[in-house]
Amino acid sequence: MAASSRSVFSSCLNYTRSFSLTSTRTSRQFTRQICVSSRVQVNKAARGPEKFSIEYIRKHAEEFEVGKRRLANMMGEDPETFTQQDVDRSIEYLFPSGLFEKKARPVMKHPELIFPKQTAAQWDKDGRPFHFLFYTGTPSFYSIMHDTFGKVLAIEKHQDQMRSKGALPQDSKQISLGGSRWLLKEELEEVLVENISDQDYSRFLQLMDKLLSLPFCALEEEFVQRFRKQLEIQSTKQEIPDVHCDENGRSYSQAQGRRKTATASVTLRDCGSGRVAVNGKDCLLYFPILQDREQIMFPLHFAGMLGRFDVQAHVEGGGRSAQAGALRLAIARALLSFVSTPAEVETIRQAGLLTADPRIKERQKPGQAGARKKYTWKKR
Amino acid sequence: MVPSKETESMFHTEQQVGQYYTIPSAQLKKAFPNGLPRRFQMQIKTFNEACVMVRQPGLELISYLKRADYAKPALRYILFGEVGCGKTMSLCHTLHFCSTQGWLVLHVPDAHLWVKNCKELLPSSSRPTRLDQPIEASQWLKNFKITNEHFLSKQIKTTRRYIWTKRESTEEGRPLGEMVDHGMSRVKSSSDVVGALLRELRLQAGGATEDAFRLAVAVDGVNALWGKTSLKKEDKSPVSPDDLTLIHNLKKMLRNDWCGGAILTTLSQTGSLFKPRSAYLPTELLGEEGFDNMDPFVPIPVSNYSDKEFESCYLYYMDRNWLQHPHSRTEEGRKELLFLSSRNPSILERLCSFL
Repeated sequence: MAASSRSVFSSCLNYTRSFSLTSTRTSRQFTRQICVSSRVQVNKAARGPEKFSIEYIRKHAEEFEVGKRRLANMMGEDPETFTQQDVDRSIEYLFPSGLFEKKARPVMKHPELIFPKQTAAQWDKDGRPFHFLFYTGTPSFYSIMHDTFGKVLAIEKHQDQMRSKGALPQDSKQISLGGSRWLLKEELEEVLVENISDQDYSRFLQLMDKLLSLPFCALEEEFVQRFRKQLEIQSTKQEIPDVHCDENGRSYSQAQGRRKTATASVTLRDCGSGRVAVNGKDCLLYFPILQDREQIMFPLHFAGMLGRFDVQAHVEGGGRSAQAGALRLAIARALLSFVSTPAEVETIRQAGLLTADPRIKERQKPGQAGARKKYTWKKR
Repeated sequence: MVPSKETESMFHTEQQVGQYYTIPSAQLKKAFPNGLPRRFQMQIKTFNEACVMVRQPGLELISYLKRADYAKPALRYILFGEVGCGKTMSLCHTLHFCSTQGWLVLHVPDAHLWVKNCKELLPSSSRPTRLDQPIEASQWLKNFKITNEHFLSKQIKTTRRYIWTKRESTEEGRPLGEMVDHGMSRVKSSSDVVGALLRELRLQAGGATEDAFRLAVAVDGVNALWGKTSLKKEDKSPVSPDDLTLIHNLKKMLRNDWCGGAILTTLSQTGSLFKPRSAYLPTELLGEEGFDNMDPFVPIPVSNYSDKEFESCYLYYMDRNWLQHPHSRTEEGRKELLFLSSRNPSILERLCSFL
């Protein structure tokens, strides 16, 4: 029982792709191979890239499902409602790893997410390829180009028909392209499961633009939308802090902000007079430099709410400029709860007030005096 | 509220808080040869007029002066507040009132100048342990003469004979102006002249005679007298303020053992030595010794602009076309200025000024 459970786990847990093969080898070793004969030296390079057939992936998918249920039983949770998030959490608990690279840590996922997608067999038993564009080397890509151009010709023909009937091309509706973008080269490669060059990608985009430039392109809207990705409005992802009410009836909101090593936490109270207190002192005394006070003023000034709030802030760490930047971020976040419409939230986000500045001090490298500064170079 | 340039009359009341009044240029040169803050002097040169805002601390001080009993010993007033609040300006407002009322004004523009950056330190001729500062003393005598010309030339006479050196002396009964001229010409003994002058004024202020005068002793930065100096003797040992003749005599002046006048002082952190920037209370800046010496005194706090005063200052700058940027003339710009200056008068002035 222990051996079989171990084998199930060892096949489901994949550190790297090669480990899956070694795991099957170890499971074979558990069957007590007595004499270790000298095996044939396998030339791994000549085999080409590893091929994972559909049966292989299907088999591993079943093992994954079984292993997931076993894991749920081990953790004492309900196997029916055991989600991938719970799986990740349990693996992190059972196999704590100190590695910094997240991709190198133990992972238990569905085989489709782990093994790269590969195309099925592309020729029949006689060696004749299925796809008519097989000998281009990238049949899926060229078939898309072929289809698109076919549609271009069809639309032009339709246009000629309409012109001969007398219907003007301007009456047709256009495809709305706002809020979406073309698939990137990497995304297109992922969809087509084959590699494309940069020139191919640019030709693809040119052909799509030509299609869209025709008046009656709305006929092929569905085909075009397959290659466009919708962009979410970033501001919907923004977390807005809650508004509370204190005992005097004034509403207030709290938020945190960080910059370099400085952390700031801010309470913004409504119906105030524009006073700012930082660590108990007046803003003027704490930040004698004008630039810092301008930084703090910017979110309130941009939203047009300068004299409305009283700000109580607590800030620690960092230097003078870092503290001012942390305060600015915290005030901008706290402001969101008093801002009325999502459009205003979007303008504040586009002003860059809600983005945390990721720049930190660069590490010093060995063999150099600082992060970039080198020691004196001697020619000889 | 529009800052009307009020009449030069000194009968200011509570209703005029926030309004500006002009000091005529003739009186200006006489009363304040060196007494105004430097930035204000630049503003006077730019705007070609000296407009001072009437504020609560100045009015309070003037009302105390009006109601005080001058038969009793002199009262000490200390103006204190944060950096850039307007303490020196309030003092100058009060001094202008005093000079228009015909008082004798003894104004030390900045006591900190006497305890630091002294080019020449001479051992005193009269007392061997003390040190003289001839340049500062003669400079101060010059300004004193400009301010109180009419007093010196006619009214006050010396009460005893002063011997400066082996060959020079001032007889009894000579007008004080002669002594002052001697101090200005003989720079070496100017510090002793200052000491003698202070003594004379102390003895003669508030007499019962018909040509009695009232004496206003105004010291800006009084915490310098009890702090440390940055001066060193020739053997590199530090000098304490008591070793300086000027400081010693001024301290005698600040004792309230004379009648017929008032002692108006200001605390100042800006020029002070070895004091943190956040210190502004009398206990912090004066220290124990200074506080005990000045005690009892009347404290008068000076704060930042109120909303009305800020509005008045802003309208004054607009009126003078000092705010050039079109955005600063809008409501938005006004709010920005309010936030950035946090209602501090000096910061507001620096914000509005040239780069």
